[in-house]
Amino acid sequence: MHANKSYQVLHPARNEFFSGIIAELPLMVGVIPFGMIYGILAISVGVPANAAQAMSAIIFAGSSQFVSAQLFGLSVPAIINLFTVGVINLRHALYSASIAPYLQKLPTRWKWVLAYLLTDEAYAVSIIHYQQEGDDRIKHWFFLGSGLTLWTTWQLSTAAGIYLGASVPASWSLDFTLALTFIALVVPAIKDRASLGAALAAGLVAVALFNLPLKSGLLAASLIGILVGLLLEGKS
Amino acid sequence: MIIWLTIIAAGILTYATRLSFILFYGQIRMPSLMERALRFVPPVVLTAIFFPELLLNDGNLFLSFGNARLLAGMLAIVVAWRTKNVVYTIVIGMLALWILQFFFS
Repeated sequence: MHANKSYQVLHPARNEFFSGIIAELPLMVGVIPFGMIYGILAISVGVPANAAQAMSAIIFAGSSQFVSAQLFGLSVPAIINLFTVGVINLRHALYSASIAPYLQKLPTRWKWVLAYLLTDEAYAVSIIHYQQEGDDRIKHWFFLGSGLTLWTTWQLSTAAGIYLGASVPASWSLDFTLALTFIALVVPAIKDRASLGAALAAGLVAVALFNLPLKSGLLAASLIGILVGLLLEGKS
Repeated sequence: MIIWLTIIAAGILTYATRLSFILFYGQIRMPSLMERALRFVPPVVLTAIFFPELLLNDGNLFLSFGNARLLAGMLAIVVAWRTKNVVYTIVIGMLALWILQFFFS
């Protein structure tokens, strides 16, 4: 009786879990090279292999790891490095706010685990799933499946990049993949005049103030960019 | 040692950001100005980081057809705009940089 009951409860949950994995798989086409390039880059700028892998496990946020590794390579002060990671990852507060209503009835331990897995890619497929029809009581299994798929892929692909990293010479200019990755993330996100103006203002100020000490030009450029965006948005 | 402390602090900071609204749902509210401003954070920060990579060389402005990073970056912007594909953008941008560097050297 007990076994039968738990079978009935577990089976849909298991389906949800596997559906989450399957929904996440196509995204791995982008994640695998991204993870490998991160590993290669981290090693090429002088981050120790164990620290580079630890960043994937502890920070677990690709673009911020890219920048952070780059800043380690430039021997930027730790507080600036930390600030930069914090700013780049601020968008996760938006994801957190957006998905929070669906997670309220879960036990706290589930919230702690799912928050750790709340990446761009897992959020993207899970929020769509939450907004569709279905049994909301088991949809956290879908989130778990997609999140763990991304986590595993990210750890393995960064490990592969770290392993290859030492054999890649500096003349390959692989540090340029950072700029290219950011172009790939920024350009499609620019959908209106306000975000275009904000990005251009930030970029130009960052160039103008590049030689300020402690990379403080980055902070000034970000604040000016956001201000320009808000002003342009207010006008339209 | 400092690298490890930075990584752990960055991990805690990132995790706290992700956990914030999930854990304190209904108890905290995002000010509407902050919500509006947050939308601009990713494009602004990422552009502020990659613009100097394209336009500067050793901290000096390098506006020239001899600047392989600027040309490859501009091509990558077009590719990103047309395809919205991360892999295409990185691969084509990287190939362009290698070809240009080969001709310029």
